[in-house]
Amino acid sequence: MIFHSEKQSIHQTFSIFNKTISFLMLMLFISLTGCGSGESNISLGNRTGILYWGNGTEPASLDPHIATGVPEHHIMSSVMEGLVLKDRKSLEPRPGVAESWTISDDGRIYTFKLRDDARWSNGDPHIANDYVWSWWRALQPALGNQYAYMLFPIKNAKRYYDRETEDFGDVGVKALDQRTLQVTLTNPTPYFLQLLDHYSLFPVHQATIEKFGNADQRGTRWSYEGNLVSNGPFKLDEWKINRHITVTRNLHYWDNDNVALNGIVFKPVENTVTEERMFRAGQLHVTSNVPADKISTYRKSNSTELKIAPYLGTYFYRLNIKTPQLQDRRVRRALGMAIDREKLVENITKGGQIPAYTMTPPGTMGYYPTSTLAFDPEGAKNLLSEAGYPNGEGFPAIEILYNTNEGHRKIAVALQEMWKDYLNIDIKLLNQEWKVYLATESAGDYQISRGGWIGDYVDPNNFLDMFLCGGGNNRTGWCNEEYDRLILEVAPSQSSHEERLAVFQQAETMLLDDMPIIPVYTYTSVKLVDSSVENLDGNIMNQAMYKDIYLSPRQ
Amino acid sequence: MYRFALGRLAQAIPVLLIVITVTFFLIHSAPGGPFSADKAVPPEVIKALEEQYNLNQPIWQQYLSYLGDVIQGDFGPSFKYSGRNVNELIAAGLPITAELAFYAMLVALSVGIFAGVGAAMRPNTAQDYIPMTGAMIGICMPSFLLGPLLVLVFGIYLDWLPVSGWGDIPGDKILPSITLGTGYAAYIARLSRGGMLEVLSQDYIRTARAKGLREPIIIIKHALRGGLIPVVAFLGPAFAGLLSGSFVVETIFQIPGLGRFYVQAAFNRDYTLILGMTIFLSTLIILFNLLSDMLAIWLNPKLRQEIKGAN
Repeated sequence: MIFHSEKQSIHQTFSIFNKTISFLMLMLFISLTGCGSGESNISLGNRTGILYWGNGTEPASLDPHIATGVPEHHIMSSVMEGLVLKDRKSLEPRPGVAESWTISDDGRIYTFKLRDDARWSNGDPHIANDYVWSWWRALQPALGNQYAYMLFPIKNAKRYYDRETEDFGDVGVKALDQRTLQVTLTNPTPYFLQLLDHYSLFPVHQATIEKFGNADQRGTRWSYEGNLVSNGPFKLDEWKINRHITVTRNLHYWDNDNVALNGIVFKPVENTVTEERMFRAGQLHVTSNVPADKISTYRKSNSTELKIAPYLGTYFYRLNIKTPQLQDRRVRRALGMAIDREKLVENITKGGQIPAYTMTPPGTMGYYPTSTLAFDPEGAKNLLSEAGYPNGEGFPAIEILYNTNEGHRKIAVALQEMWKDYLNIDIKLLNQEWKVYLATESAGDYQISRGGWIGDYVDPNNFLDMFLCGGGNNRTGWCNEEYDRLILEVAPSQSSHEERLAVFQQAETMLLDDMPIIPVYTYTSVKLVDSSVENLDGNIMNQAMYKDIYLSPRQ
Repeated sequence: MYRFALGRLAQAIPVLLIVITVTFFLIHSAPGGPFSADKAVPPEVIKALEEQYNLNQPIWQQYLSYLGDVIQGDFGPSFKYSGRNVNELIAAGLPITAELAFYAMLVALSVGIFAGVGAAMRPNTAQDYIPMTGAMIGICMPSFLLGPLLVLVFGIYLDWLPVSGWGDIPGDKILPSITLGTGYAAYIARLSRGGMLEVLSQDYIRTARAKGLREPIIIIKHALRGGLIPVVAFLGPAFAGLLSGSFVVETIFQIPGLGRFYVQAAFNRDYTLILGMTIFLSTLIILFNLLSDMLAIWLNPKLRQEIKGAN
């Protein structure tokens, strides 16, 4: 009997099972057949004035005092605005929230006149004191603001941050009245106006932040969907994790009449291959990048969609000067001279990169540095032999460290071959996962390490002050007091722009003569842009002025 | 049966504890912290951040307080995504990953059973060799190859289906489901072929044939029941595998599921997110394996007898 009832239950089970399978198959057919390509994002966007923007990764935060990355920057610069904007081509300062400003003769006091019609996205008036409060917040150590140093040109800002003074009244920022903001700097800082367009100096809405927690508290929800109040041309509408962030027109924005787009959809697409496919399928107007091996295909077909522009960044190698065989300046110079950069950018990187012979990209604020560095294999060989390694003999093998990435590997392999060919020395390669590589490099536990630096603002100072003695980004062990003096004391005290640039040239030459770093190439920004997108001009900051962009579909 | 389930659940507790402990200490001992970045982060900023996330406490204290939070179901705040907690991130990704896994399972079951049963009906003929060769290719073909291939053909050249997304454009769920399901379909095809071949050689099938029943009736009504037991046993681990292994497909098709967070979290050293995801997925795997075992027992009288005997 037991057997019989069990057999029955098995029978029932299987009839249920069979039915389930039939049901599953039916569902599959329904989901498979119920399809159609539908309208592409581009045609939808062109019709409705919505820009579809490939934005790299999911943003970590939209709090301008916490966020750090490029994807975050794109979104924040669409919903927030500083006192000053940048021209989309030349990056010259243009009036933003401040309709005008004056600079004192000694270049230390800036007085900004704010617009009468400046408003927050909730309609609140936007006043000078908003900046005083925002910059006070940016300088709270507990907040862990990684870009606090961007405010340090302001008088006493660093002292306040370091808690050498407790009184924020000592810091050089005052609201003279509701519409007038006065900023006092320690030194005349020619790039100060540019900093105002960096998100670390964007204003934040005090009432919103205080509603969701303390001002210096990380991780409150004030900058999330439904909460964020901002002052830019757009406002945050929807934030779907890993799916998209949508911003829509901010009706309270002072220049709303001149904003063409109705909104932007930022899509976090980490994988550049996927992103390129989405572009081809009409799902994105603009990509954040282009896979390296696709660039040549687009170039061959003379695609007008491929946009390559010089980018304010330098790809370089750090030489750890504590390594015995790298202690000799001549060896370091020889390594720098034995790199055929033209060949490297043409055959390996292929993204239109520009061979670099200086640390600072040429054209940074009118700075065109001359370099003593050139591709000179014979000279390099002679230097190496002067250093005691004729034809590379007796030179102990050294190791190149890079973070695991196909592009970095190819460059390291190319350098390995060039140094073998021209100098007859052996190079080993070591790749490490990103965070491990960062830890290894910061600890100085390497011999040669690949590095990259993207400028935060357009000024040679941003590239040269990296290599001050013991600087956090130096990491080479190189220290030259005269160099430090030039950067920290001589350059800031120059009265004219030209004199200041001459000091930077002097420092740059010292850096290149000693060669703790080997510049390899100047970055380019590479992206695909649909032909309907207008006013997205390439500039060296790879910065989009979203309020200027409009869409004009071509038939 | 209940005692069996309870026993297995009790075993799950030490397993989970080991998973948590090993993951916790492994991830904390990995070089590089959550706050290191390309541009040097000033030491005072690191200090402020470590204070906020209690990383300045001794490691065992961090471990104990983390364990306390987990027992209360709180996976803590994410380090990378400021202001989001891990529960929230899991809740955002889970429905999407589960839906993807479900559709992939539909693909796997329908294609796999159809091919496997078909092959078993005519063993060692073209009807057997062709689908089984296909299955072998399906098992070997990694999704990072199959996905882009399908996209290239159906998304770009033929322009029939969307190349990415999930629920944004009609039809965008098809290619990811097929990509993820194919490997499992191939496996199910081999399992069902094996199961069916065994059943088809049994006496009761011979009896049915002797009675003069038509072959389709024999297959569907008599053989399928027993022949698919191996497939049922495979369902639990397969579903757990689909949930935890969808990272590649999610990346290729730009799907906002769990997998992308998991891998990114490891690269970012987002301690709480890695731990939260690991604990969550381990729990799922344990549960699905248990469910699948229970289903197998329910289906197989021999196993049930064994358990009764053991008790």
